[in-house]
Order: sequence, then structure tokens, then C-alpha cells
Amino acid sequence: MERIPILQMGEFLLVTIQVDMHDQLALNLQEDLTDRISRTSARGVLIDISALDMVDSFIGRMIASISGLSRIMDAETMVVGMQPAVAITLVELGLTLPGVSTALNVERGMQVLRKRVAGR
Amino acid sequence: MNVNVNQSGSLAVRVEQDVVLARQQARKIASEQGMRLVDLTKLVTAVSELARNTVVYGGGGDMDWQVIEQSGRIGLRMLFRDEGPGIADTRLALTDGWTSGSGLGLGLTGARRLVDEFDLDTAPGQGTRITITRWI
Repeated sequence: MERIPILQMGEFLLVTIQVDMHDQLALNLQEDLTDRISRTSARGVLIDISALDMVDSFIGRMIASISGLSRIMDAETMVVGMQPAVAITLVELGLTLPGVSTALNVERGMQVLRKRVAGR
Repeated sequence: MNVNVNQSGSLAVRVEQDVVLARQQARKIASEQGMRLVDLTKLVTAVSELARNTVVYGGGGDMDWQVIEQSGRIGLRMLFRDEGPGIADTRLALTDGWTSGSGLGLGLTGARRLVDEFDLDTAPGQGTRITITRWI
């Protein structure tokens, strides 16, 4: 089955979404990520969506749900790299992703994650 | 007013993977017509929402697309049609946050906000036809 790769970087997990996601792929990612958090005791998850040229309500919901799930599993999620056109569209769509932390790029996201994890 | 159809085509929207194909097709036509990135992103997102509805609620259908010209303006028009159960209460279906399924209830209303023209034609047992237009 098609899967999105999850890389481990120390205590963080990095997911770079580079394909046009169909719904099942998004659901697989949610399952794989929670499984990896539990197996690796990761403290943070970075989801890089800079290659995504569209986020609709399904993908948006998946991102929000990953973020909520990982919080319950004691890991912070940062969504990084959202394209400006995607952000504009999401807001107009009515999806403001409450509770989801975002950063402009992977580097900034990593900085925030480190600070948050160190503060706990 | 006269509407000229410059190009047209059709795409089956039966299974989940077709949703991806539908938005790729929309992106291709829109960029060929020189649509601005933000407008293109809105159109593609609307197509994604409506194509998913066609699969999930309509039991599959088709997307007919047209590049149209009206009073010197170029636009993209898409018709999503299915022979599914139809929508009994269209006013309710066009309310933010209302859903008959397990979604967020943003598909239909969100798609409507993302395009310039939106037309919903449905009745119980009569299937659903949604036409959207985005002008360039």
C-alpha cells in the first residue's frame, strides 16, 4: 500500500508530503504517525506541506486530527511551509485549523519545537 | 447573453482516486488559461470538495468542464453530476457546519465561497447537479 515516509530526527519525526494526497493516503499517514510516535517516544512531529499546492477540508481535517492525536500522545505537532495561496484558500473555505501550530518553514518549526520540548 | 464554449471535456468521478484526477485536470485547464495562482488554488480546492461529494454522497458521477467566453471574459465552468439520492433540504445542505456524513460540513458551503458562480440543482431521488464558474 502507498505510504508517506516518516523520518526520525533525534526526538522528532519529520513528514514531508510531496504527493497529491488522496484520502486513503491521508488516513494511512494518520495511522502510521501515531504508531511511530508510540514506538519512538517522539516528542515532536514536523509536517512539511510546502509541496502541497492544495489543502481541502479533508486534508485540513486530517492535519488537525494528527495534531490533536499527537498532543494526546505527549508530542507536539508543527505544520510548516504552507503556501500563501493555500493559506488564503483555507481561510475562505472556513478552515482556520484551531489548535494547530504552524511555522513558515522547517527550520523555524524545529526551533519552536525544541523550545517547547525543553520547557516541559 | 451569449456564452461561447471554447473547450470542453468530461471526466469520470467514481472512486476516491478520481478526486485527485479531477483536481489535476482543473489545475491543468486553469493554468493553461493563465489563471492567477490564488484563484487557481481556490478553484482546484472547490473541485476537490465537489468531486469528493460526488463520490461519497452521490455514489459516483462525472465532471464536465468547459472553458467559456462571455463578453470578452474567459471562465472555467464545471458541472458535477451524479445519479445519487439527491439532497432533500438544500438550504440546510448549504449551511456551514451541517453534514449528513462524517465530514466537517464545509464541502458544499466552502466550495460555494471559493467560486464566482454556484448553482445547485437536486431533489430527492433525482441525483445532484452542481455547476461552478470561476472567471479569469
